[in-house]
Amino acid sequence: MTRHIKTRRDILLTGAAATLVTGATGLTVPARAAGVAPTPTMRGGANNYRPGAPIVDRIGNGGFWMTGRVRRAGDGTPLEGIRIQVWAHTTEGHERDPQSHGATLTGADGTFRLEMPQIVPAFGQPHGHLAYDSPEFETVFLRPVMRSASDSTLHAEFVLQPA
Amino acid sequence: MRALVWAGVAVALVLPLAVAATSPLLQWRSPVYIAAGFAGVLGLAVIFMQPLLAAGALPGLPAWRGRRVHQWTGAALVALVVAHVVGLWVTSPPDVVDALLLRSPTPFSPWGVLSMWAIFAAGVLALLRNRLRPRGWRRAHVVLTSVIVASTVTHALLIEGTMGAVSKWALCIAVVAVTLKAFSDLRVWRLMKPRR
Repeated sequence: MTRHIKTRRDILLTGAAATLVTGATGLTVPARAAGVAPTPTMRGGANNYRPGAPIVDRIGNGGFWMTGRVRRAGDGTPLEGIRIQVWAHTTEGHERDPQSHGATLTGADGTFRLEMPQIVPAFGQPHGHLAYDSPEFETVFLRPVMRSASDSTLHAEFVLQPA
Repeated sequence: MRALVWAGVAVALVLPLAVAATSPLLQWRSPVYIAAGFAGVLGLAVIFMQPLLAAGALPGLPAWRGRRVHQWTGAALVALVVAHVVGLWVTSPPDVVDALLLRSPTPFSPWGVLSMWAIFAAGVLALLRNRLRPRGWRRAHVVLTSVIVASTVTHALLIEGTMGAVSKWALCIAVVAVTLKAFSDLRVWRLMKPRR
């Protein structure tokens, strides 16, 4: 095999090609002047979602806290009365079980907290699911992973884009 | 020495299974999910045995006899992979569909899928063995088994599941070690050189 030595010409060509590709395919993201970008849906976030989970004081017997905050994209204003649905594989049921699902509303400061059974590792990671799926804003599904399976709380941030 | 080798193999197979069988996670899982998980653990145990059988490294099982067993355990491995995937699919269909379509958020999933296809390919190739030239067949089998070992070990190590961390690492290191030893004993690198 002949050895190929990287020349300046190669490097310039690579750079030019990269610029062309990103420019032509729209892979670049324009800089946003007004601050808070909307939260994208996470991969696998909607798995085992059951639309219309009831608003509850607590899912099952509790012991674990799902917390979070909901803001509006752009100005970052906290959003009150936003319905957030939560589900997970816990000590009391699989993700698909109806009793593993529940919903809550955000307070005036945009935060929410919902007590639920301890999340346990399932499908390889200790993780929870959250959904914002109501008409006023674009739907967002989140799938945060716990740093440790022994954590007794999990936090999620929503930045919603008006629909 | 004979007894020592077999004792070592027994420990390597039984210990990770025993640790997994006492995992606290089991109490929160349905029988199908538990079976799917154990099919995966057993598959890893079979992968540990395959190089030992092929290379005739086990006392009382010289290569010509070991390879008969290797064929059957290879078929069992295909069945275990099917049980693993089907059991997980029954437990949570969207997670398995995501994994198979390579759009899963979990980093271990694509490695498992790669391993699955390599195991299926090795199985199909084994069925076609008589129609292939021996050298070509061996070459393909060595390439596929290398992929299987590397991807399965990566898959297993990235999962937070029922296997214990220490016994899982130990078994994975053992899998890589016996594979390299078998490759060396069978001098597989000769296959990879172009023929003069």
